[in-house]
Amino acid sequence: MTATQDRPAAEIGKDRRRKEDQRLITGRTRWTDNITLPGMLHLAMVRSPFAHATITSVDTEAAKAAKNVVAVLSGKDFGEELGVCINAWPITPDQKTPSHSPMPADRVAFAGEIVAVVVARSAAAARDAAELVDVEYDELPAVIGIKKALQDEVLAHPDLGTNKSALWVFDSQEAGTGGEVEAAIEEARNGGIVIEREYRQQRLIPAFMEPRSVVVDPTGEQLTMWSATQIPHILRFALAATTGVPESKIRVIAPDVGGGFGGKLQATPEEWVAWAVARRLMKPVKYTETRSESLMAAHHGRDQVQTLTLAADKDGKVTALKVHLDADLGAYVAIVGGGVPVLGAFMFNAIYKFPAYRFECQTVLTNTTFTDAYRGAGRPEATYAIERLMDELAAEVGVDPLEIRERNWITHEEFPFTTVAGLEYDTGNYEAATAKAKASFGYDELRAEQKERRDRGDRVQLGIGVSTFTEMCGLAPSRVLGSLDYGAGGWENASVRMTPLGKVEVVTGASAHGQGHETAFSQIVADRLGVPFEDVEVLHGDTQVAPKGLDTYGSRSLVVGGEALVKAVDKVIDKAKVLAAHLLEANADDLDYADGRFTVRGTDQGKAIQELATATFAGHDYPEGMELSLDADATYDPVNFNYPHGTHLCAMEVDTETGAVTMRKYTCCDDIGTIINPLIVAGQVHGGLVQGIAQALWEEAVHDESGTLVSGSFVDYLLPTAADTISFDVVHTDEPSICTTNTLGTKGVGEAGTIASTPAVVNAVVDAVRHLGVSDIQMPCTPERVWRAIHAHDGDAPTPADAMPHFEEGALNQDPTAGGADQ
Amino acid sequence: MIPVQFDYLAPTSVEEALAALGEHGDDAKIMAGGQSLLPVLRMRLNAPEVVIDLGGISSLRGIRDDGDAIVIGAMTTHHDVRDDALVKEHALLVSKAAAEVADSQIRHRGTFGGALAHADPAGDLGAPALALGAQFVIAGPGGTRTVEAADFFVDLFETAIGDDEILTEVRIPKHTGWGAHYEKFVRVAHQWPIVAVAATVKGSIDEARIGLTNMGSTPLRASAAEQALAGASATEDGVRAAADLAADGTNPPSDLNGAADYRQHLARVLTGRAVLKAAGN
Repeated sequence: MTATQDRPAAEIGKDRRRKEDQRLITGRTRWTDNITLPGMLHLAMVRSPFAHATITSVDTEAAKAAKNVVAVLSGKDFGEELGVCINAWPITPDQKTPSHSPMPADRVAFAGEIVAVVVARSAAAARDAAELVDVEYDELPAVIGIKKALQDEVLAHPDLGTNKSALWVFDSQEAGTGGEVEAAIEEARNGGIVIEREYRQQRLIPAFMEPRSVVVDPTGEQLTMWSATQIPHILRFALAATTGVPESKIRVIAPDVGGGFGGKLQATPEEWVAWAVARRLMKPVKYTETRSESLMAAHHGRDQVQTLTLAADKDGKVTALKVHLDADLGAYVAIVGGGVPVLGAFMFNAIYKFPAYRFECQTVLTNTTFTDAYRGAGRPEATYAIERLMDELAAEVGVDPLEIRERNWITHEEFPFTTVAGLEYDTGNYEAATAKAKASFGYDELRAEQKERRDRGDRVQLGIGVSTFTEMCGLAPSRVLGSLDYGAGGWENASVRMTPLGKVEVVTGASAHGQGHETAFSQIVADRLGVPFEDVEVLHGDTQVAPKGLDTYGSRSLVVGGEALVKAVDKVIDKAKVLAAHLLEANADDLDYADGRFTVRGTDQGKAIQELATATFAGHDYPEGMELSLDADATYDPVNFNYPHGTHLCAMEVDTETGAVTMRKYTCCDDIGTIINPLIVAGQVHGGLVQGIAQALWEEAVHDESGTLVSGSFVDYLLPTAADTISFDVVHTDEPSICTTNTLGTKGVGEAGTIASTPAVVNAVVDAVRHLGVSDIQMPCTPERVWRAIHAHDGDAPTPADAMPHFEEGALNQDPTAGGADQ
Repeated sequence: MIPVQFDYLAPTSVEEALAALGEHGDDAKIMAGGQSLLPVLRMRLNAPEVVIDLGGISSLRGIRDDGDAIVIGAMTTHHDVRDDALVKEHALLVSKAAAEVADSQIRHRGTFGGALAHADPAGDLGAPALALGAQFVIAGPGGTRTVEAADFFVDLFETAIGDDEILTEVRIPKHTGWGAHYEKFVRVAHQWPIVAVAATVKGSIDEARIGLTNMGSTPLRASAAEQALAGASATEDGVRAAADLAADGTNPPSDLNGAADYRQHLARVLTGRAVLKAAGN
């Protein structure tokens, strides 16, 4: 293997255009909704308009009588064959977990829950007939919002007796990783600094480009499900576990999938209903959601109230951090559910050397759409809290926010470093990333301009926000997941197959939904095996093609799936060496392997890997005892998370007359170890940044008091487009901190931008108006909130309470795309 | 999403369109570009049995000079209105506002008359039409009639156009040489305005006309501000007192993008800015 490692990298580090893009961008590919099977029927869902209600009757007669309708089914038409939607991560042994039927027969717990399904010969007929299903409800009181839920006066699920699902606690003193938090806070109250804040992580909606879609074919020996999902393997497991169909009879295919951001990491009611209907009717069925359904009923993300206490000495050296989260699960504990905030538990201490740390997370149930993973899943929430607090500490001490961070961060000589949360960070260089970001940003010049504008009392003030983030990704070491009571492992699997004519088929269990696995994995294999990039075909997303895997989320595909791939390639080379030695009539120890070719040292004799593949296919001449195959599988279970980090600097202009905010400059210097494809990394960083910036400035899922989603269309749920963003300044450290726990030295980058950017933007907005008496602005920092914060002078911007929908369901002659038109 | 099934008619003359409208009455809906109608149909907020598409009536397209006014055909797209030389010369405010409608794709499909007939108070064209004193030419079974802008906008999504009538063209009195600016306040680029101010001024400042978008159930005229601006100097100090009157008599909505008092504040600030920009400062 030495020879291979010494070979100069030709592909790794190259700006390869993504080989999958032509088909993805033109749409000439197998999106789930593009799949049409003979005799296929179409589904439309009837959904509850109420957040909490008893279903008293479901009258399906009129719908059944409608043209081209084949069946109309409700929850009471099914028994256990319907299965349940699973929670794979009960975070405590006594977690309260309401049973989650895909289509409840008796009671709905959020607006948008499925109560009946119409099966018809066309999607249009199904949609028409869905309006004819007459469901009668007895409305029950609904509990909306974390603080109301904590009061336990109105219950999301009356039979549970409480809205409190689980309390998860980490304490550094109990864990032996640090000191006692309360003592440190007490000490800081006498002569030190104590910063106490409550931050709100608003609810977000993943808003992937391709709506969710599922096709189920029950004909043939296996039942096949195509789904726009991130997790075909986990789906197969969950279908088998909950619907009684043996795993060996289930094939799940995630064909090309148009984005997920965690929003397609779910075992959804829609998939389970489609599965049950297809099995009942023994006909192929398809369900594709509308965007309105997607916003209302696909899982939401974030939604926490963070109560934070940071203690420091008078010089700003942090002595303790206490975190209490109240996290809204929505109506059910979804597949990861309460595990999302728990993933943040290990990240509130971030890049810093905090001597004492305590974390509590109380999860609560409400009558809203259930929440789950959304890009970053737990780490953005944690990073936001600590990076906002560090800016507040800097303001309190009266030093530059970068200075306060330097006083507390782990220096590059101190790696590997075991944190107060018990993780071992292998490598990192916060000084280098910060220095490079500062220089590229023009930090000192912008600070000078900020001072000048303040002195002049300019209408437009300038603020600079800092976010020095790290995160834990590459989910995940299986033993660690086991210790946290997660219901699965974190390994990944890969296979490498040599075809008779010398091409390479790579099978990965990490199924992409837009990330560019096919390109990046081809580059890795091309280098390591010494074959042309074009000769590598990456296969994924079908449990019959890639039977083993744990799918794509948590920035894991490259660092875990890529490592499995490396190990599989190495096995192929080892196997091929035996055959090469035989055919070359040489001792295996005398062979070198480079550029895809074994050569006999000191001669011009050699065999290419392609020739060996053909020779294996023929089988005419091979050594005794050799298995006649070069193909190899490998499973890799990571030994640690990996810890990308970076320094993000953001300059925001704030119009003090209107509260409007405008991004002036954004620089990020991310240290993500070895970069396989800089173009893909740039795409991940750009998209990640925009997603995090959008939380800071634009996106918010709002329910009214009755539990109706007010932000139920893209008119009210504001997504940015390219017109709303600037050209980002993306740089990397000159000498990256190579990850020591995988062969390629890579760290995850799929979530980095989203995790880092939110606090950088809010810090910048607050910094712009801090001299006007503002110390916090609730996300998203709407112009109105910014304006009220400036004029309230108490630093606590009131949030407008009279949020109203822009149009009412069923009202005629109204334009749903009109902003604020009809109150 | 899939709309309820409907019949589609594509008349090629106004007479034919009126006949179809007469025949189907309340069951019919006019389509004039479809940029607002189609989302309504797709979300099943309305379910007409017949959609009458005016896209095939060529006489409804185009812009012409008509002495003391320019005349914009109802089916002229926002894109064509924005770029038209006559509009730029005699009704610059309309060109500026048309340039701010939604995004490029919508500006190539959506029409001037369609947007005005839709009468969304957050639509960008009502305020400039009102400010410039536009006249709306409406064809019906008994011939055509002309309605002044002040009488055209009745309420939310409601105009003076009768059930059996069609807006055919809009006459805009020439404001040749007037400066103009449309100040639109949004959180993201493709959004309907939270508030917008359409301002056009003669000289700096002899006379001003100001329309407000999304400050009530119809486009509104900032009359008090207009009067105070006559003879004011086109400086920040010169327009401030007048701009402070801009929200008088308004009744804006409260929603996720802003409460009513914030919108009134915005109307004052944006009026000052719009007037100064219109005056070339």
